[in-house]
Amino acid sequence: MSFPWAKPYEPTHPLMKWMDEKLPIPRLVYNATGPGYPVPRNLNYFWNFGVLAGAALMMQIITGIVLAMHYSANVGVAFNSVEHIMRDVNAGWFIRYAHMNGASMFFIVVYLHIFRGLYYGSYKAPREMVWLLGVVIFLLMMATAFMGYVLPWGQMSFWGAQVITGFFSAIPLVGEPVRQWLLGGFVPDNATLNRFFSLHYLLPFVILGVIILHIWALHIPGSNNPTGIEVKDEQDTVPFHPYYTAKDGFGLGVFLLIFVALTFFSPNMLGHADNYIPANSLSTPAHIVPEWYFLPFYAILKAFTFNFLWIDAKLWGVIAMFASIALLFFLPWLDSSPVKSSTYRPLYRWFFWVLVADVLLLGWCGMQPAEQPWVILSQLGAIYYFAHFLVILPIVSRIERPLPMPNSITEAVLAKHAPDAASGPAAA
Amino acid sequence: MASESELNAGIEDGVRRRDFINIAAVSFAGVGAVAVVLPLVNQMNPSADVLALSTTEIDISAIQPGQAIKTSWRKQPVFVRNLVAKEIAEAKAVPLSDLRDPQTIDERTKPGKENWLITLGVCTHLGCVPLGAAEGENKGDFGGYFCPCHGSHYDTAARIRKGPAPTNLVVPPYEFNSDTVVTIG
Repeated sequence: MSFPWAKPYEPTHPLMKWMDEKLPIPRLVYNATGPGYPVPRNLNYFWNFGVLAGAALMMQIITGIVLAMHYSANVGVAFNSVEHIMRDVNAGWFIRYAHMNGASMFFIVVYLHIFRGLYYGSYKAPREMVWLLGVVIFLLMMATAFMGYVLPWGQMSFWGAQVITGFFSAIPLVGEPVRQWLLGGFVPDNATLNRFFSLHYLLPFVILGVIILHIWALHIPGSNNPTGIEVKDEQDTVPFHPYYTAKDGFGLGVFLLIFVALTFFSPNMLGHADNYIPANSLSTPAHIVPEWYFLPFYAILKAFTFNFLWIDAKLWGVIAMFASIALLFFLPWLDSSPVKSSTYRPLYRWFFWVLVADVLLLGWCGMQPAEQPWVILSQLGAIYYFAHFLVILPIVSRIERPLPMPNSITEAVLAKHAPDAASGPAAA
Repeated sequence: MASESELNAGIEDGVRRRDFINIAAVSFAGVGAVAVVLPLVNQMNPSADVLALSTTEIDISAIQPGQAIKTSWRKQPVFVRNLVAKEIAEAKAVPLSDLRDPQTIDERTKPGKENWLITLGVCTHLGCVPLGAAEGENKGDFGGYFCPCHGSHYDTAARIRKGPAPTNLVVPPYEFNSDTVVTIG
């Protein structure tokens, strides 16, 4: 792990020496996030989002453990227990709003983290495993967020559970039995609520475990950087502490400001008013939409309105929706260009921004009712999404002629400060 | 990266500007952390609906002399006992120096209502419900209450006389609304 010039951990205090022999946790921390972990010197603020995602997960776990102390997972009292948290529990409103908006903040930073990975080619060799584990975390997050949304047992909770478990009924032959097995009934009911609560409590710790693997896998090659050029020698790096602890600390401050502004001033902005109506299995809300972070995938689901070949529309929608995420597992091999950073990929960069626009368009369509022109836009958006990964990317990565690249990170950094290049090498 | 001379800029008494920034930043984060921890700790305190149970009204008109009832206040048992003259006299006869937790019966009842002994039914040892309120239960060696968990004996004024309990049964705050209705809490 890490580079040969990494600063070795040398405890001086007798207690730390004793600890190092018995259980070398301080050594682990020193070598993972301390001065013993050399990191490319040129990381920009897009490299904050991994740490921010970790912080968001910890906030979710802490607020979630607190909420579980007051919540009751029983269809008879679940809705009222959430109202009890909002009205009776000391600071309960704050803790619940923090948990609600914390989920959104978690997805915001994770989407920006994925954006960074896509733009700077962080998914490519030698970091494929980091990317694969990241996609696993993303899937686990989606499952966790969905089950958490069911817990308040409002109208959106109930109908969200109904629709999402309905995906499984699209599976030929065994679909309906599988759905009934997942629900423990024919519609979402007490059995469903109880298992979702159990799993919603469990999965964040599974995510935490996969994050440890994600970081472990990352620390073998070390971080990517905005040039995508691998670290060559010591002058390409700075120690993680204090350089990136300070930079991440600043980013964390900005993140928390946005988070508290959302929590205190607009806590329900990203939610749906219908979820403050208790679940009613006999009446579906007029307009049912998932939480914002699922919208692009929801649009892909809704894009399939016709039977095609021997597969019906329902199954196509479900396959496409799952495939749109599963596709990401193959990304490191779909993009064969040896150049990582889009900075040096003039053609890919263009298509990258089109993909970003396409995902935003899908998100917008996901929010709209199932009528024209949204259906056709979703269809075009879905086609482009798949075309990007399956057609455009493999072709672009073969025909593209990358821009000339600097020889090293240091050279790229110094070239940026060309006017005062004279004093540059001395500062390195 | 800053050069050595920049890092050392503004040194006075060996304190760098960067030291100031470090201390300021960490202190600020510390204050923020404390501000977040307070609600996370406070959420475990009794919630508003629990505190709303803090007063209970009871009708004592049906309790005959020599009888007691069990009711509840803040989900804890409360004993309401209508003492007979003999029990009051027994309680008054005990010298205070004999008591582990010296209190007269007048201090434990309301003036003019000294036949009404209202206490929590929670043994002051480790919180079991003592016997003696219901008909036929063991009232202990002193004719009051007896806690079967660890053998604490209370007298007719519910004062601890024998056994491990440290103090008398607690008299909750209460008022007589009328001769027959009491508000506890």
